[in-house]
Amino acid sequence: MSASLLLPLRRVAAIVLRHLYLMRGSWPRALELVYWPTMTMIVWGFTTQFLNTNSSWVAQAAGVLIYAVLLWEIVLRSQFGVAFSFLEEMWSRNLGHLFVSPLTPFEWVLSLLAMSLIRVLFGVLPAALLAIPLYHYSVFELGLPLLAFFTVLLVMGWAFGLAVVALILRKGLGAENFAWVAIFVLAPISGIYYPIAVLPAWLQPVAWSFPTSYVFEGMRAALFQHRFRLDYLLTALALDAFYIGVGALLLLWSFRYARHTGALLQMGE
Amino acid sequence: MSDFVIAVAGLTKRFGDTVAVDGLDFSMTRGTTAALLGGNGAGKTTTLAMLLGLLLPTAGEVRVLDEDVRHHRHRVLPRMNFSSPYIDLPHRLTVRENLRVYGMLYGVPELGRRIAALARDLQLEDFIDRRVGSLSAGQRTRVALAKALVNEPELLLLDEPTASLDPDTGDWVRGYLETYRDRSGASILMASHNMGEVERLCSDVLMMRRGRIVDRGSPGMLIDRYGRETLEEVFLDIARGTSRAKAAQ
Repeated sequence: MSASLLLPLRRVAAIVLRHLYLMRGSWPRALELVYWPTMTMIVWGFTTQFLNTNSSWVAQAAGVLIYAVLLWEIVLRSQFGVAFSFLEEMWSRNLGHLFVSPLTPFEWVLSLLAMSLIRVLFGVLPAALLAIPLYHYSVFELGLPLLAFFTVLLVMGWAFGLAVVALILRKGLGAENFAWVAIFVLAPISGIYYPIAVLPAWLQPVAWSFPTSYVFEGMRAALFQHRFRLDYLLTALALDAFYIGVGALLLLWSFRYARHTGALLQMGE
Repeated sequence: MSDFVIAVAGLTKRFGDTVAVDGLDFSMTRGTTAALLGGNGAGKTTTLAMLLGLLLPTAGEVRVLDEDVRHHRHRVLPRMNFSSPYIDLPHRLTVRENLRVYGMLYGVPELGRRIAALARDLQLEDFIDRRVGSLSAGQRTRVALAKALVNEPELLLLDEPTASLDPDTGDWVRGYLETYRDRSGASILMASHNMGEVERLCSDVLMMRRGRIVDRGSPGMLIDRYGRETLEEVFLDIARGTSRAKAAQ
C-alpha cells in the first residue's frame, strides 16, 4: 500500500486507538455502552411477552417490539458514538494538540465514524444476543434485510452525530446536552413501535422525509408480510446520503468557524 | 529552500473590534531560537496559533518551512510540533499510550524505538505506564515535551515552556531544549514571560505590545539599547511604555 494512503489510515487508526485505550482503561465507560441497550431490551422483552397474549397485532409478528427497540438502539448509539468521541476530546482539552498534528478534518471525521461503528457493535450486539436465550427472539432471523436496516440506521446516526458535533464546535460545551437528546426528535416520527399511518396526516410527510421511517416500516413489512421492501431501502439510502452530506457540511463549516475564533485552542471543561 | 523557517507579512488578527495581532512582519532564520516576548494580551499566543494554522488570520501571509500555512498547513504540520501548558494530553491515557497515539498521527517510523529513546532522554521511564493525569506538573511538562519532539520536528513552537515549573525542573527543560536544538539543528520559537529563559536560549527576541512588534534584537543588544542591566527591565520599559522605551524605539 502506498504511503499516501497508508499515512491517512494510520492517523485514523491513531484516533481509534486513543478511544480504545480510554475504554480499556475505564470499565464504567465500557459498561455504559452495553448497559442501556440491554436494559431497554429486557423491558421491551417482558412487554412483548405480555402483549403476545393481550394484543393480536403483536401476536401476529412475534418479536416486533424487541426488533424495533434493537434497531432504534443502532441509530441512537451511532449518534452517541460520534458525539461522545468528540466530547471526550473536549473534556480532555486535547483538540488543540489534535489539530496541530497532521490529522486532517476528513480523517478526523472518519475516525469519529469508525468509533461510532465500534460503539454500536459493542453496545447493541450483546443485547441482541441476550434476547435469544431470554425471550427466544433473534433479530438475526431478519437475515440480509437486517444488514440493510443496520447500514441505514448507522449512517443516519452518523449524520445526526456530525450535526451535534458541529453545534458544539459552534456554541461550545453549553450545547453538550444536545449530544444526549438531539436524536430523540426522530423517535416519535420514525414509527418505531407503530406504523407511520398512525401519525396525523400533516406529520406523515415529515416522517417519510427521514430514512428511519423506511427502516421501521420495512421491518414490519418483513415481519408481518414476509416481504423485503427494496423501494424503502433505496429511498432510505438516498435520504441517508443527503443527511450525511448535510451533517458533514455543517461540521466543516463549524470547524472553519472555530479556526476563525480560536475555539480549538480554548475549548474544554 | 529559503533561509527562513518562518516568514510573516502583514499578519493581522481581529476578534470583532479587538485587534489581537496588528500587521506583524518578521522572519526567522533556520536553526535559531527566537522568542516572542510581551505582557498578557500582547498577541504572542495568537501569533503562535496562526503559525500553526489553528487560527485563521484576518489578513496577511504566513509561510512556514516554505509552505503557505493558510492553504497548505497539512504539508508542513508533519515537520513541526507544538507544546503549551494550556492544552492537555488525555489524562486517562498512560504516557506510553499518548506517545504511541501522537507518534502514529505524525507518521513516525519505528515508533517503539522512538518512544524508548524519548523515555530515556527525557527521563520518563519510571512513569511511562502511568496515566498522565496522575503525574506531577514537572513530569507532565516532560511528557508534553516528549509529545512535541516525537516527530523530531524541524520547527518547534513552544508556548511558555516552563510555566508553573519549579526552578530545578525549569532549568532541566531549558537544558534539554538546548541539547535538542544543537543536536538536530531545529529552529525553536517560543512565547515566554521568563526573561532568564529567553536570555539563555534565544538569539533573537521580538518584543510585542498590543499586537505589534515594537522592538527586536538579541537579548544583549536590547539591554544595551535600553540602557538596562537585564532583559526583565527592558520588558518592563516596553510593557509600561516608559519614556526610555519611546526613546529606544
